[in-house]
Amino acid sequence: MDDMDPAWIVGEAREYTLRLFDGSCRRVYVTDSETAYPHGKLIVSRTDTEGVITLGNQSFVDMSGYQESELVGQPHSILRHPEMPAAAFRDLWETISTGRQWHGYVKNLRKDGGFYWVYATVVPNIRQGQVVGYTSVRREPSRQKVAAAEALYRSMLES
Amino acid sequence: MSINFTVSPSFPAERISDWYIFNTWLQRALSIPIHLELYSGFSAQRQAIADGLVDMIYANPFDASLLVRERNFIAIAGPAGGDEMVIFTAADKPFQTITDLQTGLRLSCTDDPSVNTVGRILLEPADLDASDVVTLPTETYIQVARAVLRDQADVGFMPVDAFSALSNVIQRDLRVLVTSQLHVIHHSFLIGPALHDRGEDISHLLTSLHENEKGRQLLAGLGSTAWRHIAHEDVELMIDIISTLTQ
Repeated sequence: MDDMDPAWIVGEAREYTLRLFDGSCRRVYVTDSETAYPHGKLIVSRTDTEGVITLGNQSFVDMSGYQESELVGQPHSILRHPEMPAAAFRDLWETISTGRQWHGYVKNLRKDGGFYWVYATVVPNIRQGQVVGYTSVRREPSRQKVAAAEALYRSMLES
Repeated sequence: MSINFTVSPSFPAERISDWYIFNTWLQRALSIPIHLELYSGFSAQRQAIADGLVDMIYANPFDASLLVRERNFIAIAGPAGGDEMVIFTAADKPFQTITDLQTGLRLSCTDDPSVNTVGRILLEPADLDASDVVTLPTETYIQVARAVLRDQADVGFMPVDAFSALSNVIQRDLRVLVTSQLHVIHHSFLIGPALHDRGEDISHLLTSLHENEKGRQLLAGLGSTAWRHIAHEDVELMIDIISTLTQ
């Protein structure tokens, strides 16, 4: 996956190098600009079994800041924010690869360097007994739960 | 052979006669006797499904999950839009947004599983789960509105269609706090094994209904403008999404 382009970033940004699940690295830029979750909506996306995006609904596209064509075919980690601990995603993959659902609070990275919080549930798409992909459904989280997750993730990153 | 047809009881009562008119049209179009049974509640309908008394159903998304995954029903058509719902309060209440709601909230709702599940998700931004809410069940959406207007409940859950069907006078005294815009969860026309060999015929009839004036009138009576073909994978995806909403 390509590094983020500094030209995309809106506002003052910090630079990080993410080490992704597959061992690759990605340079990202993050700002403190939060995009509010749109009330009443669900963000839905699907991936293949390798985590490559195959489709997303309009809320998924809108909240990411990318065009749909920039998302489809990319790893879902294009939304990975450096303030999310790797252990959370390791737990996600370990859970869904055994056919179970995973859920948790996630801080996602936008194309413009900003972020948005979601409560995410990832479900394996099981057809004729085989996992053929994954669907991620995100909904608006409570701010109290986000604050607790933020504190937990910060302590995980510091330890 | 007579076919047993039913409709999930989540539609406004004003549409009962329109479903009978639709059923008469469908019988003639398919040249088979179809018995329409409209159950008074979700539990009665679920019992009928369990007893094998349903061959065709216009099902809410939650019953569609059960019927497709466990009873070998297939989806053949669905409305062009999704099922959406509103959370509303009385206009004279201080609540302006969902996050103004607090523990001890009195909620009026029917037993519609789809509306109630989506409604509870839309309460989550206020950090309210089932244990924080006093649920006051009612039989009908009119009773939900009445409970809110009489201050017996702080908020009510209702499908958008049912809310829109309330009179202007009633709507004026209510305030919508949030309207769902999920787009991915919808009713589906499902047929059971007894009708699988007629699936293509019925799907074609339903999805071309909007192409003539008579059909458009039938659809309008049922609160729709057109039905679209639904592929099996569309329903499978909807079921996967629904499964995440109960977590």
